[in-house]
Amino acid sequence: MTASATVHSLWTTAAGDGFKIPAPHIEYAQLSPVLIVFGAAVLGVLADAFLPRRSRYGAQLLISVAGLVGAFGAVLVLASNGYATDKAHLAAMGAVAVDGPALFLQGTIVLVSLVAVFTFAERRLEPKTDGARTDAFTAQGSAVPGSEQEKAATKAGFTTTEVFPLTLFAVGGMMIFPAAADLLTLFVALEVFSLPLYLLCALARRRRMLSQEAAVKYFLLGAFSSAFLLFGIALLYGYAGTVSFGGIADVVSGTAPMTPALAETAGNDALLLIGGAMVLMGLLFKVGAVPFHAWTPDVYQGAPTPVTGFMAAATKVAAFGALLRLLYVALPGLRWDWRPVLWGVAILTMVVGAIVAVTQTDVKRLLAYSSIAHAGFILAGVVATTPDGISSVMFYLAAYSFVTLGAFAVVTLVRDAGGEATHLSRWAGLGRRSPLVAAVFAVFLLAFAGIPLTSGFAGKFAVFKAAADGGATPLVIVGVLSSAVAAFFYIRVIVLMFFSDPSPEGPTVAVPSPLTTTAIAFGVVTTVVLGILPQYFLDLADKASVFVR
Amino acid sequence: MENLIGALVAAPLLGAAVLLLGGKALDRIGHWLGTLLAGTSFVIGLILFADMLGRSGEHRAISTTLYSWVPVNSFQADVSFQLDQLSMTFVLLITGVGTLIHLYSVGYMEHDERRRRFFGYLNLFLAAMLLLVVADNYLLLYVGWEGVGLASYLLIGFWQHKPSAATAAKKAFIVNRVGDVGLSIAIMLMFTTFGTFAFTPVLASADKASEGTLTGIGLMLLLAACGKSAQVPLQSWLGDAMEGPTPVSALIHAATMVTAGVYLITRSGPIFNLAPDAQTAVVVVGTVTLLFGAIVGCAKDDIKKALAGSTMSQIGYMVLAAGLGPIGYVFAIMHLVTHGFFKAGLFLGAGSVMHGMNDEVDMRKYGALRKYMPITFVTFGLGYLAIIGFPGLSGYFSKDKIIEAAFAKGGTEGWIIGSCALLGAAITAFYMTRVMLMTFFGEKRWQPAPDADAAPSAEPAAEGHAAGEMPHPHESPWSMTVPMIVLAFGSVFAGFLFNLNDSFLKWLEPVTGHKEGDSPLSATTVTATTVTVMVIGVAVAWLVYGRKPVPVVAPKGSLLTRAARRDLLQDDFNHVAFVQTGSYLTRGLVYLDLKGVDGLVNGTAATVGGLSSRMRRLQNGYVRSYAVSMFGGAAVLVAATLLMRAVA
Repeated sequence: MTASATVHSLWTTAAGDGFKIPAPHIEYAQLSPVLIVFGAAVLGVLADAFLPRRSRYGAQLLISVAGLVGAFGAVLVLASNGYATDKAHLAAMGAVAVDGPALFLQGTIVLVSLVAVFTFAERRLEPKTDGARTDAFTAQGSAVPGSEQEKAATKAGFTTTEVFPLTLFAVGGMMIFPAAADLLTLFVALEVFSLPLYLLCALARRRRMLSQEAAVKYFLLGAFSSAFLLFGIALLYGYAGTVSFGGIADVVSGTAPMTPALAETAGNDALLLIGGAMVLMGLLFKVGAVPFHAWTPDVYQGAPTPVTGFMAAATKVAAFGALLRLLYVALPGLRWDWRPVLWGVAILTMVVGAIVAVTQTDVKRLLAYSSIAHAGFILAGVVATTPDGISSVMFYLAAYSFVTLGAFAVVTLVRDAGGEATHLSRWAGLGRRSPLVAAVFAVFLLAFAGIPLTSGFAGKFAVFKAAADGGATPLVIVGVLSSAVAAFFYIRVIVLMFFSDPSPEGPTVAVPSPLTTTAIAFGVVTTVVLGILPQYFLDLADKASVFVR
Repeated sequence: MENLIGALVAAPLLGAAVLLLGGKALDRIGHWLGTLLAGTSFVIGLILFADMLGRSGEHRAISTTLYSWVPVNSFQADVSFQLDQLSMTFVLLITGVGTLIHLYSVGYMEHDERRRRFFGYLNLFLAAMLLLVVADNYLLLYVGWEGVGLASYLLIGFWQHKPSAATAAKKAFIVNRVGDVGLSIAIMLMFTTFGTFAFTPVLASADKASEGTLTGIGLMLLLAACGKSAQVPLQSWLGDAMEGPTPVSALIHAATMVTAGVYLITRSGPIFNLAPDAQTAVVVVGTVTLLFGAIVGCAKDDIKKALAGSTMSQIGYMVLAAGLGPIGYVFAIMHLVTHGFFKAGLFLGAGSVMHGMNDEVDMRKYGALRKYMPITFVTFGLGYLAIIGFPGLSGYFSKDKIIEAAFAKGGTEGWIIGSCALLGAAITAFYMTRVMLMTFFGEKRWQPAPDADAAPSAEPAAEGHAAGEMPHPHESPWSMTVPMIVLAFGSVFAGFLFNLNDSFLKWLEPVTGHKEGDSPLSATTVTATTVTVMVIGVAVAWLVYGRKPVPVVAPKGSLLTRAARRDLLQDDFNHVAFVQTGSYLTRGLVYLDLKGVDGLVNGTAATVGGLSSRMRRLQNGYVRSYAVSMFGGAAVLVAATLLMRAVA
């Protein structure tokens, strides 16, 4: 049979009577966490469309919080019903995994998002306009910065309540991302959470040009990396003839039933290796690993600070989850190829992040580079290729994301006439003026630096231990040395806050509403609890560390 | 009876605690309380002594364990005491002389505002010294050893407002640390060698250890002894220690503490007996020191420093005797006891003279005092006769025995050390006669009391003499003269009593062991020679200081005299050898720290900082650059993955 005849016969067979496309079988209950969030997002869009302007804020906050709390509840129910362990399986025709890592990371993402939504909803920090309280987001996203229209919108006290549904969409995408069990779902999830984030980045109330520039950069580079990812997916499909992680793994290991078509491609390792590397690159872009980190400082600085906190925390959790699943489920047969490469990436990421942070003068950029260095530390755990590696990475993500959220929430409080005072010199002597805020920030910085009795230490210890046990001792040494360099700039900020004289016209520390206070308090509590009693959570991560295939 | 040993130590310890913690309420009775508790300790000592005499020689030692101090697996340290004849001798000397000096101090320190504290320190010293001699293991001995060091430090620097006293205290403390390190190393060696540091097991199983180890332990013990007993090369602190009040010089720096080194060597006899090299070192140290101290004593015009040189020299005799082994141990201790009497007496006499002379210490400003201070003159004179070895007095018996034993060592070294000991005896006669003549004979060379500000080193005016006033020498009060009289009795009769029927030898032999050496010279020859050189020494001194007037301002003197005035350049030597070398060393280390370590640290920081500012320039804000870097990164990533496969 010639090739064209084959195509023809397929064509005719598909059109014949005996062939029917079966309706996909979807386990709605097991996908409920994601569905609740998406449902809430759709509801939010409707609310914004139909409710009067005055009542939108309250409705959106209610919908978001209810949706996220509901999703978290659903995660807990699924986990307690054993879906994290013995009932773990692939749902929705093998597209989405319902297993330990997926549920653990989804739970983390939902909780992080809930705290982030609190900071989004903060309306006490910006001055009132026309008697209406406003938030960190622009009055009207469509208004050109500096235009009459913008002034009018500002004067009218408009607010962009669309940020809530946008966030919920992003959260939904992030929840699917680490659960995606095939490459296409992975890609769709990536786009679902990336696009709302691009938008959110552009919505700052102050310094809108910077904000929009950041958003455009993020969008362009994100699109660029998505192209790589997609091309990688195509190559992998070309190699394995399937997009499912398990299927690819079978072909790589040679356990898949051999078909003539497969026999032709499966011998071509170049397809596999190049495709794998490109997919890897797409994910490394999202976690902000060197050399795909360049967007991080600019975007972190330009985006509205609550969005930065959300991105830095939740995106990282989602992206590392997807990375883990890809490497451990789809490409474990290839680990002798990707391990050395990831070694290099991890070392570069730790070193570059730590070193460049030393000379930063803007607190948001500093935290951006710090997040790059932390991505390197987490990569060290990813490289471990042991079950401990998985659980330690998940623990680290949980610990790190709350610290990050808390730190960015504190950044929103230190303000002067131009909005947030992010230049580090403005933070001098903050400890004398506002000891409590400075002390809280110091706690977060110590956690970033990995000082014992903070969650940062427990996480770093777990990750480095897993890496060392997994045979990556040199990586651990580089990690510890980078931590030493990193400790310098964290502690320098503490010294700056507590041991230098405040400037006479220094920034003021705004008193936030209970929303931000709750977010910060949550950050402090998790930092301390995970630091002092990490064992329960380590065990939890340990129990949830088995991927389903 | 065993329990009384604890009481022996506890009495003065209680006194120290009460006096030092008691506060000003005790100011009025503190000195009597301190004296009373010292006396109590002496009485307990006498009771124990009587009890001990009631038993036969082999069964005299008693011991008791108070409690387990450091029970750690195989490391067992107990607070336990042992009282044998050797310890008993020390107990009686310490408490007896100690009580007398407490009494003396009542008068001597009468006008000092901090008298209560002074007595507290004295009691502390007694407690520590008693602990040192009744401990039954080296670790507890070490506690006492450090305790006396502390008391000595506190008392030398008692007049801490005088910079010279504070410095002297510091010097004594630091020099003693060197010796203390020796003792601690010796104890560690014992523990690793024998698994214990109690006297009985260590000394009984000394023959099981290698000679090298024993020599090591012996040399470390010698180092300790050198520190505490002011032997060359750790002698430099004793002269300066005379900055302390005179009773302190008498008790601690003449009669008791400085002899602790002799006790240590004698106590550790079995170790030294099996380590001939260490013994030789002990003999050399003793011989060198006895000449060193004697020469220094000849040149000093300060009466206390002359006596300090003499103390050093006499302890040199004891160390020499202890280094001779079983032929010398008994005589070392015998000389130690007689020396305790006459040297304490001499110091108290010196204190009495100073008391009467507005605290003047320069003998060139004394003269003709025998008429004004008759009791002091007589008691001091008897002490003088005792120390030079005038026939029939204490020093005659004890020193003569040591010189005999030195010759009995045999061979060439016997001749050498015997001759040195004889030479030392001659010099002793010379410098002591010099002290005697300059102080009590000749013409009055008195000077107005020095201005308190101009001479800060002078002891505070004991009876409130105004500056510039001519001294009015007078006899001291009874509390000072009575101890001097009692000690004079000891100086006169102790030697004779000890030598009667070899009673001291028989008393101590069960503990230290004894054997007669075979001297190339007969005992009579040695005795005759000793007396002869003594007479020569006295005669020379009379020719120089008795026949013609003593100049008030010291003549320039020969090179040796000038060197001896500077303590034979001991401080200059230490300065060059240790202070300068040490400061060069520290400067070197500081330099290394600044340039090397800090340089490395700062260099790393600078490198990181420099790298940081260069690398942040890559972050130029242009999306196109970022995209290029991403593209490059992706290319490298792909290439690396492919390369890994190719390599593997």
